[in-house]
Amino acid sequence: MKLKLIPIAALLAAALASPTALAQKKYDQGASDKEVLVGHINPYSGPASGYGTIGRSIAAYLKKVNEEGGVNGRQINMITYDDGYSPPKTVEMARKLVEQDKVLLIFQPLGTPPNSAIHKYMNAKKVPHLFVATGATKWNDPKAFPWTMGWQPNYQTEAKIYAQHILKTKPNAKIAVLYQNDDYGKDYLKGFHDGLGAKAKTMIVKEASYEVTDPTVDSQMAQLQASGADTFFNITTPKFAAQAVRKAWDSGWKPVHYLNNVSIGVGSVLKPAGLEKSIGLITTSYLKDPTDPQWKDDAAMIGWTAFMKKYYAEGDLTDSFNVYGYAVAKTLVQTIKQAGNDLTRANVMKQAASLRNFEVDVLLPGIKINTSGTDFAPIESVQLSRFDGTTWVRFGEVMGK
Amino acid sequence: MSRRDILGVVALLAGACVLPFVVSEYRTFQFTLVLVYAIALLGLNILTGYNGQISLGHGAFYAIGAYCAAILMDKYGVPYWATIPVAGAVCLVAGFLFGLPALRLEGLYLALATFALGVSLPQLLKYHHLEAWTGGVQGITITKPDAPAFITELGLALDQDQWLYFFTLAVAVVMFVLARNLLRGRIGRAMVAIRDNHIAAEAMGVDNAMVKSLTFGISAMYTGVAGALSAIAIQFVAPDSFNIFLSITFLVGIVIGGLASISGALYGALFIQFIPNVADEISKAAPWAIFGLFLIGFVYVMPAGVAGAIRMAMARLQRKRQNP
Amino acid sequence: MDALLHQVLAGLATGGIYASVALALVMIYQATHLVNFAQGELAMFSTYIAWSLINAGMPYWGAFFLTVGFSFVLGVLIERVVIRPVENAPVLAVVVVFIALLVILNSVTGWIYTFTIKTFPSPFPNDLGFGKYMSPHEAGAIGVTLVVLLLLYAFFRFTPLGLAMRAAAQNPESSRLVGIRVGWMLALGWGLAAAIGSIAGMMVAPIVFLDPNMMGGVLLYAFAAALVGGIDSPGGAVFGGFLVGVLENVLGAFVIGNELKLAVALVLIIGVLVVKPSGFSGKVHVSRV
Repeated sequence: MKLKLIPIAALLAAALASPTALAQKKYDQGASDKEVLVGHINPYSGPASGYGTIGRSIAAYLKKVNEEGGVNGRQINMITYDDGYSPPKTVEMARKLVEQDKVLLIFQPLGTPPNSAIHKYMNAKKVPHLFVATGATKWNDPKAFPWTMGWQPNYQTEAKIYAQHILKTKPNAKIAVLYQNDDYGKDYLKGFHDGLGAKAKTMIVKEASYEVTDPTVDSQMAQLQASGADTFFNITTPKFAAQAVRKAWDSGWKPVHYLNNVSIGVGSVLKPAGLEKSIGLITTSYLKDPTDPQWKDDAAMIGWTAFMKKYYAEGDLTDSFNVYGYAVAKTLVQTIKQAGNDLTRANVMKQAASLRNFEVDVLLPGIKINTSGTDFAPIESVQLSRFDGTTWVRFGEVMGK
Repeated sequence: MSRRDILGVVALLAGACVLPFVVSEYRTFQFTLVLVYAIALLGLNILTGYNGQISLGHGAFYAIGAYCAAILMDKYGVPYWATIPVAGAVCLVAGFLFGLPALRLEGLYLALATFALGVSLPQLLKYHHLEAWTGGVQGITITKPDAPAFITELGLALDQDQWLYFFTLAVAVVMFVLARNLLRGRIGRAMVAIRDNHIAAEAMGVDNAMVKSLTFGISAMYTGVAGALSAIAIQFVAPDSFNIFLSITFLVGIVIGGLASISGALYGALFIQFIPNVADEISKAAPWAIFGLFLIGFVYVMPAGVAGAIRMAMARLQRKRQNP
Repeated sequence: MDALLHQVLAGLATGGIYASVALALVMIYQATHLVNFAQGELAMFSTYIAWSLINAGMPYWGAFFLTVGFSFVLGVLIERVVIRPVENAPVLAVVVVFIALLVILNSVTGWIYTFTIKTFPSPFPNDLGFGKYMSPHEAGAIGVTLVVLLLLYAFFRFTPLGLAMRAAAQNPESSRLVGIRVGWMLALGWGLAAAIGSIAGMMVAPIVFLDPNMMGGVLLYAFAAALVGGIDSPGGAVFGGFLVGVLENVLGAFVIGNELKLAVALVLIIGVLVVKPSGFSGKVHVSRV
């Protein structure tokens, strides 16, 4: 008997010395020794199918990770479904992923209405609803919704930064706002109003909305110009942003022009609008733009380009959605890496909420991902930039956490 | 109804009742949606298939029904089951009122008017003066109902999905029976007469204007009831749920299922529920292209819809049996 | 006053977009008595072909005419291959095929060319001196639309082919009896509609930027424009396009705000149609019992 105890004691000692070496492997459904099964929902069809490339770039990145041996020896397999940006379909697909495909977590559903539709369900089922692709503020609510987490800087914070910049640099500005009439546009608008505070009523002289189905925003631009505003906050998606930038210039309106971060691609928005017409635009950014010449020799972007060529050759090298997908996929991989062998849903969520100064190389220098039990907003810092005709020149400090 | 038809219906109902006990919760939820779509398609089929009035905007009535249910439950605490008749009534009136001016419009013009309705309604839902009720772009989240106490007392343990499925099934059965009686009755014959030859119908004493507006109302009521059921099943409404493609999907559903056929609504519902998923499984690169190919394929093989094809196959079978 | 002028001119510019697509709808209606819901997507697809040609180094006008020719052939092919088999199916079954074409073209284009917006060159000079209200391209595009209108009018009015085509659409049986090859007339109609659509696409793309959803929003407006002007009248369709464009802008800017401008414009149009069911310049059809 005595003899037998010795090896056990030795084992115990070893276990105490390195707790992870023998830590119990713990799994919830969707995780095993071989794989981590991840669910993903994205529009691939319908009017919002332009976002489909995010899903494809994420899938490509995970393929790269798996080819290189996976994470902690496990393959990360992603099942992705099309919801066509229709909330009822999102509900159906989320249920399919959780109940039929038995995934460990759902990652990156896109759009505020689709995510709102599954918000309750995911939290009732206690399945991680990670890094949703929308900038609404409500995803950062760990108390009420401990299973849901956003990723990108939220729209309201971004709008507040512009408001503060206006208050500081041009306190008597007369402001015109163009916004898309949906959740995204309204969120920006609210943040902007909040940022201006009591002065919003007097400073904003005109607001004009447009629908995604409108062919052009020329009429709205004429209205805004006629209001006599000298400052313009442009809350538009790429096509309309390019139209608005061009129209403002063509019609001889020269306001101080703030452009939301959604549409700052140099090659995908400003070049179509006309680079000389874009000089002086102000925005905030957090991601490196693949078409901005300042990153031409940047190691991270060279790495990204090589990745695209190898794993997603049909992808568009000018589309910043592909950088976005790459960056958010890296965040997921980091979370799973941190979770180690404890791949329970609770631990995945805990690790997602314990990202400390995590750096993704395609984010702007100085922007780090930080989360905690009370902070479910991974990226909160951005930096103002101004367009000089060829590239975005960052100015001021990195703001936020 | 022949004996074979009755047997078929009984078998179908029996199958429908067993279904939620043999498939997963998620599948049960999908079949609930199939039933919901079937009611909506039946409504559109009454209008387009039986009465010959085209609508490219029935998604609007679906949305009105859904918002009725959501607003009543969310703002006024009305129980979910009570919202169904209200949604139906509201849509009946809305449809009837829309049908009055639409009387003067035929063919393409009616298509445009209904198309316009389908496009405008989501914008109206977002309108800032209505935001207090509609929740604007954010939509409304509602709670999923549990099975009522008496079910548990009967010794049946139904989860939420199963209960909702049976609730929807009950509504669907009522709606289908009503539709069948309506279409076989006086009004139904008048509808078909107007579709086939409106001048002759008028000459025979049919009040064309009244029947057409009424058909519009009834059709909208069906679709509205379906919309309310969908809101309860999905637990969420938002303007994005009701874009113009929903209306177009309904039209696709009745054509694929079979125009002027009650059972066609069910086939159409199965198609619009499951084929997009199949397309998505086949290709992530261009799922819509695959869906389009399915559409063309179905129309080629069954130009009169699934119901039409089945009818023809049956007829052929019968002929063969009679003269072997 | 300046604001009103600006809105009206901007409305004419967007109205020109609607008018050009409405012309393609009138063309297909004249030839087939159907409205093709895929017309806009077909035009978008043609524009991508032109974009590819120009990017491959072809001069603008070479690419322009090659694309028009290609679109004509594409239209004929679609009619022969896709539409012909459902010739005798119910009208709504044909409509479903149109919807199928719409989603296929949209999806395939997105797959080939991605969804990022692309610039499409304009053949017109950069500055004509009145750039404040309307860009030279917008003015030029209106000119092109009017030229297409004239050609179309002349085609239907003065050529035997145009007459034969109208006859084939209106009464296929009798047309066949007088020796018109009805099947080919339909195919020709599809080809011409696709060709007109491609011109519309190439004129629209510099204004709205080229992307697979470029025509998604335009189709409804064009449909409304074609009907309010009279679906069997090219002139009416163009007039309808301008009317819709101006009406929408003026309503949006001065009357009811941007949120509901589309809805209200449509209600007005439908109001007109209720009172005057054949549109402003369409022929009144009298049906015999």
